[in-house]
Amino acid sequence: MTAIPEPAKLLVIDDNKVNRIVLSRSLEQQGHVVETAENGEEGLKKIRTQSFDLVLLDIEMPIMDGFQVLEACLNDVDLRQIPIIMTSAMEELDAVVKCVELGAEDYLTKPVNPILLRARINASLEKKRLRDEHRKLFRTFATKEVAEELLRTGFSLGGKNVTASVLFADIRAFTTIAESQEPSETIDLLNGYFSLMFDAINNNGGSVNQMVGDGLMAVFGAPLFIEEHRELAVRAALEMLDQLKVFNIQQAAQNKTQIHIGIGIASGNMIAGYTGTQSRAIYTCNGDTVNLASRIESHTKVALRPLLIDHNTRMGLSDSYHLEDLGPALFKGKQHPVNIFSVSR
Amino acid sequence: MSKIDLNTFNLLKETTGADFISELIDSFLEDAPNLITQMRSALANTDADSFRRAAHSMKSNAATFGAMELSALARELEIFGRDKNLKIGNRLDVMEESFHQTANQLKKLKA
Repeated sequence: MTAIPEPAKLLVIDDNKVNRIVLSRSLEQQGHVVETAENGEEGLKKIRTQSFDLVLLDIEMPIMDGFQVLEACLNDVDLRQIPIIMTSAMEELDAVVKCVELGAEDYLTKPVNPILLRARINASLEKKRLRDEHRKLFRTFATKEVAEELLRTGFSLGGKNVTASVLFADIRAFTTIAESQEPSETIDLLNGYFSLMFDAINNNGGSVNQMVGDGLMAVFGAPLFIEEHRELAVRAALEMLDQLKVFNIQQAAQNKTQIHIGIGIASGNMIAGYTGTQSRAIYTCNGDTVNLASRIESHTKVALRPLLIDHNTRMGLSDSYHLEDLGPALFKGKQHPVNIFSVSR
Repeated sequence: MSKIDLNTFNLLKETTGADFISELIDSFLEDAPNLITQMRSALANTDADSFRRAAHSMKSNAATFGAMELSALARELEIFGRDKNLKIGNRLDVMEESFHQTANQLKKLKA
């Protein structure tokens, strides 16, 4: 069974008017919506300002040729996923090969054979549809940053050194909560809680990379380095606590269980990368800084403060936070005491 | 002798729609003299690149309509231009003559 192809929005870039007319007319006859551009520069401008499912690109053009447009698209994270089909004369096959090697999706020789045109366009659109689905699926199971990194560089196990902030959050007395109510209620509670926490973290450039039971771990500044990773982590934590207040008011109004959490943040060097096996792996961070963040989170129970950070994180904060110096604390696995601060609005 | 390969021409007509073919012929007939002018002034200015580009367009457009002779003549000139060799003898005149004959036949096919 052949699926009826959805109409797509296509861009034809060609300096030759006859070619432009023939191509756009043929594609319109096939049910697509077609836009045209007379040279590479105009074409690139349209690619950047509108959204296209596919681009047909001539190689030989004045002002900006097909190579330059292709390279500009491939070097742009936002444009990279648009399939580009090169259109060229038969004798330009050398140039076409170069384009396909660079990353062009396919090629067509001019004058274009309509049957070949239809087949190539539909195949490319179908491939793009699958890639888009793939991308969506990736984003469900990994964070946006990790998904893009994976799509860009491919998957390989192993880590690299990064400077980042790690945040751990845990629900207080969760076991008691879980034991006192129906499992389905607990799942609902967790889902409601997690979706609020995820929003607060994602809004501040972080990504959640582990959830274990009622706990979560998030990273700020990896895989893509962000200068303000420490401040972003703290801002996310404060937003989490604010969100939780609202959540608890709603829970109380419905006579449902309220949640209290502890958050610990530490910043510094760590190893980030994929751990697991070739068939099942997660993006995560390891190292002293990560262990410290986890210990600091546990320390919130002792310190009776919901949000604690290490000295390193504190050094990355502007003056706009309410800080309380809790002095040095000794943690398991650490030889020297660490200065701990409590943060509040 | 026919200057137009009718198989190619009919396929084009079918692809773009019969009602559309005359518009397409018009834009070729309008554009081609400009290309010839561009080639002549490129010769005068010894601008091989401009010469090559105009020849390239002529070659491509002629092939679209199935004007194989014209396309081959333009292709030959494109290679001269690419090789930065503008000693083309009377080849441009020959190509222009071929264009006029092609144009006459295309006008008839329009009707």
